Amino acid sequence: MSGLTRRTAAELATAVKAGDVSAVEVTQAHLDRIAEVDGSAEAGVHAFLHVDTDGALAAAAAVDARRAAGEELGPLAGVPLALKDVITTADMPTTAGSRILEGWRPPYDATVTRRLRDAGIVILGKTNLDEFAMGSSTENSAFGVTRNPWDLTRIPGGSGGGSAASLAAYEAPLAIGTDTGGSIRQPAAVTGTVGVKPTYGGVSRYGLIACASSLDQAGPCARTVLDAALLHTVIAGHDPLDSTSIAQPVPDVVAAAKRGAEGDLTGLRVGVVKELGGEGYQAGVEARFNDAVALLSKLGAEVVEVSCPHFTYGLAAYYLILPSEVSSNLARFDAMRYGLRVGDDGSRGAEEVMSLTRGQGFGAEAKRRIMLGTYALSSGYYDAYYGQAQKVRTLIARDFDAAFAQVDVLVSPTTPTTAFPIGEKVDDPLAMYMNDLCTIPSNLAGNASASFPAGLADEDGLPVGLHVMAPVLADDRLYLVGAAVESAYAAQWGGTLLEQAPALEGIGQ
Amino acid sequence: MPSISREEVAHLAHLARLDLAPDELDHLAGQLDQILGAVAQVTEVAADDIPPTSHALPLTNVFRADEPRPCLTPESVLAAAPAAEDGRFRVPQILGEEQ
Repeated sequence: MSGLTRRTAAELATAVKAGDVSAVEVTQAHLDRIAEVDGSAEAGVHAFLHVDTDGALAAAAAVDARRAAGEELGPLAGVPLALKDVITTADMPTTAGSRILEGWRPPYDATVTRRLRDAGIVILGKTNLDEFAMGSSTENSAFGVTRNPWDLTRIPGGSGGGSAASLAAYEAPLAIGTDTGGSIRQPAAVTGTVGVKPTYGGVSRYGLIACASSLDQAGPCARTVLDAALLHTVIAGHDPLDSTSIAQPVPDVVAAAKRGAEGDLTGLRVGVVKELGGEGYQAGVEARFNDAVALLSKLGAEVVEVSCPHFTYGLAAYYLILPSEVSSNLARFDAMRYGLRVGDDGSRGAEEVMSLTRGQGFGAEAKRRIMLGTYALSSGYYDAYYGQAQKVRTLIARDFDAAFAQVDVLVSPTTPTTAFPIGEKVDDPLAMYMNDLCTIPSNLAGNASASFPAGLADEDGLPVGLHVMAPVLADDRLYLVGAAVESAYAAQWGGTLLEQAPALEGIGQ
Repeated sequence: MPSISREEVAHLAHLARLDLAPDELDHLAGQLDQILGAVAQVTEVAADDIPPTSHALPLTNVFRADEPRPCLTPESVLAAAPAAEDGRFRVPQILGEEQ
């Protein structure tokens, strides 16, 4: 493996800017690493659904040309990135992990894509995900599972398993994820990487293929807290093309990450959420979480226990609200304007073609959620289930408000267990849904949350995540805490957690 | 929570325009029943006087000036269509013979 793929995004950008290395060399090193370890649906990490070799090298060459012409480069110019395949790209296929969009070439770039390009970030390709970002293991992808670089027999989390695995396998130093119930944070936790779900409305959803519109949020994924902050700054900010985009300044997350790295959290009030632990949580996860809480105290934070009683109902409310929005959003896949069309042989009408296409184009989880949502929104059940879930959503937001009146941030484990074996929960939806127990409340309330590496569980040697939750538009607090924990652990471990991951040399060839 | 029958599942599949195989219907009926049993937990919460939240942000309508601006070309949009003809989407028959 080239030394370039081990460097952080911040280091790579500095080296490109100084002319120590060209953006083309940096990109080529990552393309070589992808060729070495990514493999295919059958073997290797399989983080990518599409690698855009020519486009990436051309984008890198353009950065080098701009530098040669004396242009000032942005803080991440020339740095490669892996883009979750649920975000539109005009020059690459966009599948959302679904057969129904196989081979689809969007006619436009998402705002996130455009901002990445404008910043001189080199998009290497599109990463694998659970179909329409619905799942916690990437097993719901129509194009094969992604494997966890820590143990190739285990899941990399989901839905953004491809993005998280690409970071953990050193195929890219940066990635974009999207988080509807934990799809950035849970993969980050189980791969030993950093994942941030910004405040809802913090990053534009224009060009993000919708799962549940009131919950979806794109965000940065990286191997270090500073890299995530630099990427956050590139993609966040108001977008007139998204009516739910917040027209307020982006919190200074880079300054917060730098301040946090100094390791002093004196005066910070941290709340441990009582309801997010105990039964159902793996012992090794709880042990690493307790260590992290002790570390926060040691760094000067004041730690108290906080109760958020309605979080217990978060999962139930989420699995009524989310499928309801999904059933409505996925109605657009009607075989008429884009994507798959099945059975249009002149003998069938539009409705029949629509049903055949959807029956063949959607996978099992998409069908389950469409059906659940159709049920929850049908007359006779609407008030009792969907309406009641919306009230519970209010109560969860109020729990957050009450908690944040007492403390600056809340903490919990990111997910109740470490990465589980591929296939173990694939046909047990309720067991699968439990993965998002801790992450869902922040999607329902819209506040900012993140997962940071917190060590390895004793029983299986797999990564555990520390989940940090901050109030709406206080995303900077996540970076402050994350960077403080990261620098303290780096001193303790002699480097990042990922340096303890297997090297994977040649596994994809 | 009433348990959900195979017939109800078939009806939902029709409403959702999902052509499901018989074994899929059987499998889904069991799973939906199990999931609905679990999410019915929301009904335990006393929330009669609580307003519903449909969205995380307290947004009302967002307006912009009504000014013309560039949009996608017909060619770029139709390039991704399953079938196109004469600069338009070609779709299967949408009206029955009797209509």
